[in-house]
Order: sequence, then C-alpha cells, then structure tokens
Amino acid sequence: MEPSKQFDPKENSFLSEVVRSSGETIQACFQCQKCSAGCPIAYAMDILPNQVLRHIQYGHREKVLSSKTIWICASCYTCSVRCPNNIDIAKIMDTLRNFSIRSGVEAGEKDVPVFHSVFLDTIKTRGRIHELSLILQFKSKTKDFFKDAGLGWKMFRKGKIKILPSRFGGGKEIQEIFNAFEKGERR
Amino acid sequence: MKDVSYYPGCSLHGTAREYDDSIRGVSKLLDIGLHELEDWTCCGASSAHCTDEELAIELAARNLAIAEKSDRELLVPCVACYSRFKAVEKEVKEHSKKVYFPYRGNVPIRYALDFFCDEAILEEVKKKRAKPLSGLKVACYYGCLTVRPPKVTGIREYENPQHMDRLMKLLGAEPLPWSYKTDCCGASLVMTRTDIVRKLNDRLLSMAKEAEADCLVTGCPMCQANLDTRQEELEKETGKRYDLPILYFTELMGLALGHRDARKWFNRHITDPIKILSAKGLM
Repeated sequence: MEPSKQFDPKENSFLSEVVRSSGETIQACFQCQKCSAGCPIAYAMDILPNQVLRHIQYGHREKVLSSKTIWICASCYTCSVRCPNNIDIAKIMDTLRNFSIRSGVEAGEKDVPVFHSVFLDTIKTRGRIHELSLILQFKSKTKDFFKDAGLGWKMFRKGKIKILPSRFGGGKEIQEIFNAFEKGERR
Repeated sequence: MKDVSYYPGCSLHGTAREYDDSIRGVSKLLDIGLHELEDWTCCGASSAHCTDEELAIELAARNLAIAEKSDRELLVPCVACYSRFKAVEKEVKEHSKKVYFPYRGNVPIRYALDFFCDEAILEEVKKKRAKPLSGLKVACYYGCLTVRPPKVTGIREYENPQHMDRLMKLLGAEPLPWSYKTDCCGASLVMTRTDIVRKLNDRLLSMAKEAEADCLVTGCPMCQANLDTRQEELEKETGKRYDLPILYFTELMGLALGHRDARKWFNRHITDPIKILSAKGLM
C-alpha cells in the first residue's frame, strides 16, 4: 500500500506526519542498524540514523527535531541504498529538516541552518549562487571572518574566485517563485 | 557528432572553472556542440531541498522547462544539479506532480560522466586519442550522487561502479582498485562543520595514497574543491603528507586528446598536478 494511505487522514501522530510527507514506510524499520553502520558521519551524531527511525515510531517529535543528526547528515544516501526494507532514510532526513525549520524547536546545530538560509537568500537575490557573496554573507552571520581567509586568498590567486556575479535575465522569475512561497500561494 | 543543451550550474562559473573549460574543450574536439541554456538559474541544491521541498522542485523545474523547449539532451556536469533534476523528473513523470513552469518530464537529463561514457563517444575518444596517459595511476572517485540513490541515477553497480575506470583505461591510464570509491567527502558541510569534513578527507586521501595513486579523478565540483583545497591544513593536523592532485575526468580526457589548454586548467588547482604529470612525461 502507498505509505501516504496507510494512515487515516485525520491521524496526526508524528509518525503519520513524517510518513505522509516523506512517502517512506518508516514502520517497516526493524532496527537492523545497517544504516548507522555504513554512515560516514555516525561518529559525530547525537542520535544514530536507526535511532532516529525508532524515535519517529514512538512519536518523539522534539527529540528528533532538535537533534544534531538531522543537520549533519550529509545526504550521501549510503543508508538509503543499504536498507533491507527500502526505506529512503536520507530522504526522511530532508523531511525532518523541513519540519524542524517550521516547528519552532531550537535546531541542534547552529551554523548549518544559517548556511542554508543564507544560501537561499543568495538564490533569491541573484538567481544564481555567486560563491563569494555567499561566503561573505555567511561569515557576517556567524562572525567568523578569519577561518579560511588564507585559503580564500590562495584560491583567488588561482583564479578560482569570481569577484562579480554574472549578469543574466532569469533573476526576476526566481524572485517571483520565492515571493509566491513566502506568501503561501504555492503550497 | 551531435548537439546538446548545457546547464553548467553555479560552481562551474566559479571554483570549478577548469571543469567548465575542460568540458567545453573536450566537446569541441569530439564535435559535440554545447548550447548553454539561456538564463538558467540555480537548481537549489542542496539548501533548497534541505529546507523546503516544494520550493526546491520549482527552482529545478524552471531550468528543465527551458531545456524542454528543444528536443536536445541536457548535459549536466555538476552532480548535485543532476541529482535534483532527476528527482524533479521523477516527481513530475511518475507522481504527476504539477509544477508552475511548463515542464512535462520529457528532457533526457545526462550527467557528464555518464554522457562521456556512451559507446559512440568512447569510440570517438579512442580514434582521437593523441597522447595515452601511460604510467598514470588513478584512483577513480565517484563519491555519492554520481551513483546514489540508484533509483535516481539508474546505475546498477552502485557499490563498485566501473564506468570511470573504463574511461580512464581507454585514455591509457591505470585505474586502481581501492575501497573508498563511493564514500562521502562531506562537501555539504564544508562551511559549517569543517571538523567532520577534515576527518572524511583524511580517510579518502589516505586510502588513495595507500593504493599508490598518483592522482584522484572525480566528476563532482564539490568533491574536487573540498579534497583539493584543504590538503595543506590537513597535513598540519595529521602530520601526514598527501600531495594528491584531484582532477576532473574531463581534464584527463583533454590531456589525452592533446588539448592545448590543458596546462591552463591544471594551473588553477591548489594541489599542483603539473609536477606529477611532468614526471610521468605527460606534459
């Protein structure tokens, strides 16, 4: 059965919300822990990927949405391809990040969500990512100007840093997309 | 030979310039006409799908709608863009997702590595190979999104892919067996959790060194930038010596096809590839 149809639409448990939004059958997880065994970042996580799934099954919304794990998952999909129950765990991490931002729960990682929001701001204002603007804006938010400054200079000298953003005509349409989303017209 | 639409993506206009230049150079030598999509915009990877799934779909769909105006294949060199485009294609085609832009799921989306590994193109490469890369030992690094998830990439050998290895062999190089071909380099965390990224970089570089690679080859602009730029600071931390050039597969194609700009591409690398290529008599 389609995962989205496994629950009564009126059902509003955390599990049913994540299943509906991700389209993944989280109930099928039987804790074999293959996902965590193959995860290259598991060592830095506060809850392991298999534990994330268990917490979702138990409805521990805040525990999951405030975890470091959902933000430091690098979306490498190793877990997803190795799951014997075909659960796309990396996709669930995306869903959880989406939820976390809208939940009002404090994020377990400080800089990662800031980076994503600066990244999206750059797309919104310029239509394309101009790496230098992105980095400077991120640094102005995190107040960490000296980290990687030497590397930046080296890259500049190698011609790897473009000083000015490109000029092109697609930017206006991008702003329209963002505006429509901000006003909630396109959801 | 043929004409394709081309979506360079943001990185190729910045840190990955040598990837863009070498793709253009190699395409010209192989009679492939690249038509850059007019007014393309960012695909949104990865921040958009991490934070707003619906917005992410629209950002990618806008570019696919532009590509769909012609019936050419769409060549995508950045694997993050490619992965997003394929994900949106799946939403539109298989789940009948309605998108704002007039995109119906009918663009053949081709990742650059897969594209250049097509039989017909390999034949052409074989014919035009001017300088075989004899004696060059390469570790083919596929990373994550070139192969995963297979429901998006369609790659069958996703735990031990071979197509880049075959291409390198055809160029005359010696692809080495090694165990970190498809392990993640952590590039998406490079600005925010550099500590994690350093650990993953050390693992990859050390394993490639252990396999006695002269260089590592990739088709991902994030992996390249990540692994190329931080070797010196990593050496200070671990006390190891890496000095392992990270090359785009298209740069090595260009070198083997005798492209005259190859040195210019290599000059842009932070970890110098010219030293080892000269020592092997390839430059």
